[in-house]
Amino acid sequence: MVDVAMAVRRLGAETIETVRGLGEFGVFSWRLTDAGWRPPLRIGRLVSEVYDVGVLSLIIITVSGLAVGMVLGLQGHNTLVRFGAEESLGAVVGLSLVRELGPVLTALLVAGRAGSAMAAEIASMVVTEQLDGLRMMSVDPLDFVVSPKAFAMLLAMPLLAALFVTCGIFGGYFVGIVLLGGDGGNYLSALESAVNFEDDVAGGLLKAVVFGALVGLIATFRGFTAAPTSAGVSAAATSTVVVASVATLVFDYIITALWGV
Amino acid sequence: MPVAASSGLVAGPASLDATGAARRSLSDVHLEVRDLWLQRGSRPVFEGLNCVFPRGQITVVAGASGGGKTTLLRILACLLRPNRGEVWVDGEVELTGLAAAAVREFRGRVGMLFQHGALLDAMTVYDNVALPLREHTRLGEAEIRARVETVFTAVGLEGIEALLPGELSGGMVKRAGLARALIGSPDILFCDEPFSGLDPPTVRRVEAVLADVNRRTGATLVITSHHVASTLRTAQHVVMLIDRGAVSGTPKDLLASQDSRVSGFFREPEVLAAIEAADG
Repeated sequence: MVDVAMAVRRLGAETIETVRGLGEFGVFSWRLTDAGWRPPLRIGRLVSEVYDVGVLSLIIITVSGLAVGMVLGLQGHNTLVRFGAEESLGAVVGLSLVRELGPVLTALLVAGRAGSAMAAEIASMVVTEQLDGLRMMSVDPLDFVVSPKAFAMLLAMPLLAALFVTCGIFGGYFVGIVLLGGDGGNYLSALESAVNFEDDVAGGLLKAVVFGALVGLIATFRGFTAAPTSAGVSAAATSTVVVASVATLVFDYIITALWGV
Repeated sequence: MPVAASSGLVAGPASLDATGAARRSLSDVHLEVRDLWLQRGSRPVFEGLNCVFPRGQITVVAGASGGGKTTLLRILACLLRPNRGEVWVDGEVELTGLAAAAVREFRGRVGMLFQHGALLDAMTVYDNVALPLREHTRLGEAEIRARVETVFTAVGLEGIEALLPGELSGGMVKRAGLARALIGSPDILFCDEPFSGLDPPTVRRVEAVLADVNRRTGATLVITSHHVASTLRTAQHVVMLIDRGAVSGTPKDLLASQDSRVSGFFREPEVLAAIEAADG
């Protein structure tokens, strides 16, 4: 009986803590969004952050996009040959990348590379009292430090996803056509006829924007609320990757289910 | 439990007490802490703390490590809210209940030197010090440069403007942090452990800079320190945190105290040497 009471009490405490955390995240998201639109608009800082998130992720996105496209090309070719439908390779590669793999894998990669770095940077500013230093100068850290980072993630994610998809299509072409001897014209015409801009490309970009907002919010929230210790910094970076990755996959399902994207 | 008054010293708000050296009128008091209670987890930090910070004077908050010096400073700077109690500025504004906008306004009148500088490590020292002017004034870049250079001269820092904080020595970081705290000409300057981690000549130099700032600007300085010799050399008023409360008075009061908790802290051989040196 005592064990049951303890378990119920623990469950209640954890539920309260979860609800409190979600509330805190909601308030943080609101304040961040509000700070992002209020003047002064920090264009210089935003550009610098877009460079950190976007330009510095180019290599990993390019290489990963090519590799994923090449795997799709190879698997797609081997499977389609069985059904005598190898001319559909362009459609398979294109639709897979544009609708699903491009935005999702880009979000996972960017969460691992830039999201964790973002959380660690903000958390280390908490540890070294840099954010308190800003507060003491009557400068809002959300406005000065956090908001440019989150908005940079929002801006960079669809661009990186587009790059990932483009590289993936080239990767698929390289394996399916150049290495395995498929027909290049078929590949491109199947791609063109299967991929619709309004449903597929715009839907993929919408997903990338949502994932960018999610990763940006989670990374900045984890950094901003990190415990002021070195363990707090590492926990912020690690939890950013885990939570942002899971959130990306869950929201991918929700968006697909709701809008059929 | 609040600390009881001991001979020559005052426990609680000096403005409310008519004994000893701490007798003052309300107009002399810049900051006043009344019945402050704070608990961190299961550990009580303050239990009914009372103390005052005289206007235009250097007050050192002394006490053992973990005694709550930095915590008190963070409460005074509105970076931390106590569980209970009040902090009054000029006897008119109560800080613990202020809204965010009013806190920002209050901070426009204060500067703070953090223990490790708290300089933004991605910006040069010059940009760090110029930041408050760029954020809160419409001054041109030439005027900002002139003001920054004036402050750099005041704290004895020159030729380091283009360096990043990570390229500075500990003493330089403290002085750069002090320059940033002074750039807005504050009425109140909070300094968290400005002497810690510095070699003796640098400690003397920082002491001289702080005394000079107080003399030239008339600002009220609140300094936390466990560096006893520096406390006695620098302070005009001392708030000593003991047993989750405070006793306060002049450095002489503290040295003359019969309270073993106070004398145990202040009568170290290094301190006596410092006093002799000062007398000499």
